[in-house]
Amino acid sequence: MPKIALSVNNKPVSHDVEGRLLLVDFIREVLGLTGTHVGCDTSQCGACVVHVNGLPVKSCTLLAVQADGADVTTIEGVSPDVGLNPLQQAFHEKHGLQCGFCTPGMVMTAMALIQDNPDPSDADIRHGLEGNICRCTGYQNIVEAVRAGAKVMRG
Amino acid sequence: MQDFEYQKPKTVTEAGDAFNAQSDGSFLAGGQTLIPVLKQGLAMPSGLIDLSGIGDLQGITATEGSVSIGAMMTHARVAESKEVQKAIPALAGLAGGIGDPQVRNRGTLGGSLANNDPSADYPAAVLALSATVVTDKRPIPADEFFTGMFETALEEGELITGVEFPVADRAAYAKFANPASRYAMAGVFVARVDGAVRVAVTGAGPGVFRVAEMEAALDKDFKAGALKGIAVPEADLIADIHASAGYRAHLIGVMARRAVDAANGEGGAA
Repeated sequence: MPKIALSVNNKPVSHDVEGRLLLVDFIREVLGLTGTHVGCDTSQCGACVVHVNGLPVKSCTLLAVQADGADVTTIEGVSPDVGLNPLQQAFHEKHGLQCGFCTPGMVMTAMALIQDNPDPSDADIRHGLEGNICRCTGYQNIVEAVRAGAKVMRG
Repeated sequence: MQDFEYQKPKTVTEAGDAFNAQSDGSFLAGGQTLIPVLKQGLAMPSGLIDLSGIGDLQGITATEGSVSIGAMMTHARVAESKEVQKAIPALAGLAGGIGDPQVRNRGTLGGSLANNDPSADYPAAVLALSATVVTDKRPIPADEFFTGMFETALEEGELITGVEFPVADRAAYAKFANPASRYAMAGVFVARVDGAVRVAVTGAGPGVFRVAEMEAALDKDFKAGALKGIAVPEADLIADIHASAGYRAHLIGVMARRAVDAANGEGGAA
């Protein structure tokens, strides 16, 4: 069984895994970090988005062995110990969620979007969120939340 | 998903040896198609050979008349590449419109071509630009590479190492994407390379194909208006829950005109 060693939320982790274990199952079942969700499990919905070496990816469509040696960041890794980060706070204030199932993936994708483009237009935000599906909100408030969060983050 | 032996070679030669040592090996590029296929049990390889550790499959090199792109370059890297943006902006734009940001961060040029999904974007660029698919065994001209739905000229164990794209005088890609999957329901890449026009269509047929009648018309007059009255026969196109063959035939005309306009710097590319 392959042994993998990686960093998850800045903590070193090593584990023996089956080749077929998906990264999302490693994160949720082995590490117990259940903020990363499994929605469609077909790489469309984006509820499982995490960062691998700083890039957002769908962890349901990545094997854990492919993350060997990588720096992985999950939703738990972008939140302060107490409270919310500015983007999460903006989702709260702008009602950017209803059931909240898609929110961790939305936040992880939007965090990467804002890092690349600190002042995104609405069109940039909508293009950037094409891989994240929300079945509740109709996206308007999500776009507003990302715009508001970006504003706070760029200071 | 059935378990498999996982290997991560460092060279193309090691990858070939690893493949040959398996009873039913499979190369793993970005995995954006292969992993869903494994999940559904549609493939059950004895071994996966992960290509991400092979340096020779990475990189982008631009010369006077061509751009060489390593097989393992992700769609995001191609889209962001200053060399590609400068030499063949239509190719960078195509890469930036594949799937969604997360897919573009993992999916690769070589993986897309080896899979040859009839709705994939890259085959249209490779065919229209008359690119050369380079493998560990030989160079394969685009006209000989795509042989049918999910079928290519690749032999068992043959590995794409990169693609050489000639720089076009003019080129553009326009696609009508399925709003959920972002796959092309019809995508048309129009290119004029060394004065000759090539038109390649993806998403609408059982595999990427050229439209000779459009090419002849654009050879005479490289304007969207030159395409008036040219229709691709519905009988050659696919029909599914997303669109009828007739709808796709119409979309090909619209996307072709948009692509020509965009190649001429007129109108808005889709």
